[in-house]
Amino acid sequence: MYRSWWKILAASLVIYATVAGFLMPVPRMAILNETIRNLYFHVPMWFAMIVLFSISVWYSVRFLASGKESDDLRAVESANTGIIFGLLGLVTGALWAGYTWGEFWSFDPKQNFAAIAVLLYFAYFVLRNAVDEEQKRGKISAIYNIFAFPMMVVLLFVLPRLQDSLHPGNGGNPGFNSYDLDSRMRLVFYPACLGWILVGYWVYSICFRLRSLENKDIH
Amino acid sequence: MQLATQVKELVRKEMVLEWRSKYALNGILLYVVSTVFVCFLSFVSIPDKITWNALFWIIMLFGSINGVSKGFLQETRGQQLYGYFLASPAAILLSKMIYNVALMMFLTLVALGFYTLVFHYVPADMPMFLAAVLLGSLSFSTIFTMVSAIAAKAGNGGMLMAILSFPVIVPVLIMLIKLSKNAIDGLDRSVSMDEAGILLVINVLAVSVSLLLFPYLYRD
Repeated sequence: MYRSWWKILAASLVIYATVAGFLMPVPRMAILNETIRNLYFHVPMWFAMIVLFSISVWYSVRFLASGKESDDLRAVESANTGIIFGLLGLVTGALWAGYTWGEFWSFDPKQNFAAIAVLLYFAYFVLRNAVDEEQKRGKISAIYNIFAFPMMVVLLFVLPRLQDSLHPGNGGNPGFNSYDLDSRMRLVFYPACLGWILVGYWVYSICFRLRSLENKDIH
Repeated sequence: MQLATQVKELVRKEMVLEWRSKYALNGILLYVVSTVFVCFLSFVSIPDKITWNALFWIIMLFGSINGVSKGFLQETRGQQLYGYFLASPAAILLSKMIYNVALMMFLTLVALGFYTLVFHYVPADMPMFLAAVLLGSLSFSTIFTMVSAIAAKAGNGGMLMAILSFPVIVPVLIMLIKLSKNAIDGLDRSVSMDEAGILLVINVLAVSVSLLLFPYLYRD
């Protein structure tokens, strides 16, 4: 019990963020209206994805140093979970864009770059499937993972700032900080981020344990 | 110091090898020239500058994937082992990169010359466009060299090369298209400094990460 406190925390934070996200008062804004609540669901997905991909890179580095199979499995499973959060981020973003921008996918730079970043990790999985031998597969994919990570950072955090985008916080559009005049939204937003990051880590640890059990059966 | 002499010798080896067979040189020249010609036949004349720009970068993208990927993919296992026996991994990677940069810059300039000749169009700020093109061949070469090393190790080269390199090259390509568009429109050069700076940063990043990772890759 004492070791699962963070799982309880994660579950309660996510439940709180979901309930409060729908019920708490939000600033009244033109166009945005109630869709501003999407902030509580869309943005935490990206935070969780970034955290999981960072974990993946960290274990890729460790795998290159140690060559231990469990490090490789951790790297893969965190990338796997990260991709799911990335896809959820894309879907929640597209749904929101459908109501505010008028189109689910308007080829906005932010949308495009996020899609390409997800593509980067699909390439990582294709690379893994291309190599049969385990050690070699682990090593090559770890190298690609580390090589691709800075590119993903450039894609998600540098390029969208240089182009005109409709996305809040870009191209002169007001971001979350300026909507949030009385800090009401922060009360839900920060717990939501922490909760989803913890849930992501939880999912990843379950995936990793399942995968290592499967591997034990094979060997 | 030892690294510098090793790199110098290895670059010389690459050049001599290439000069003997002239495979990449002629192959890619022919590829670029025939693609430009096919484009000419299908477009006849390109009405707007954006298409002209996009077409040029698409041709260069595929040309450089073909040209650069050959570096590691073509070597046999025996040749690779012999190379690793003689020189440090950093020297091998650096020599391939330098050679690829030189090859791609030369080929890109020839391609640009032919392209402007066929389509009778010269960008407003030609020196700036040239700088963008050289920066482009530099970035393509550094990034594709590392990706081709990964693809070569993984076994089935050509297909993987395309899959692995496209997502990585997209940010570079976007910057390049923007930079060259500025040159085509003849905008003031200070406008383009941001893009050029980011491209240089990406290059430094790619080279340093490759140098860190390649020693792990070449060990079997």
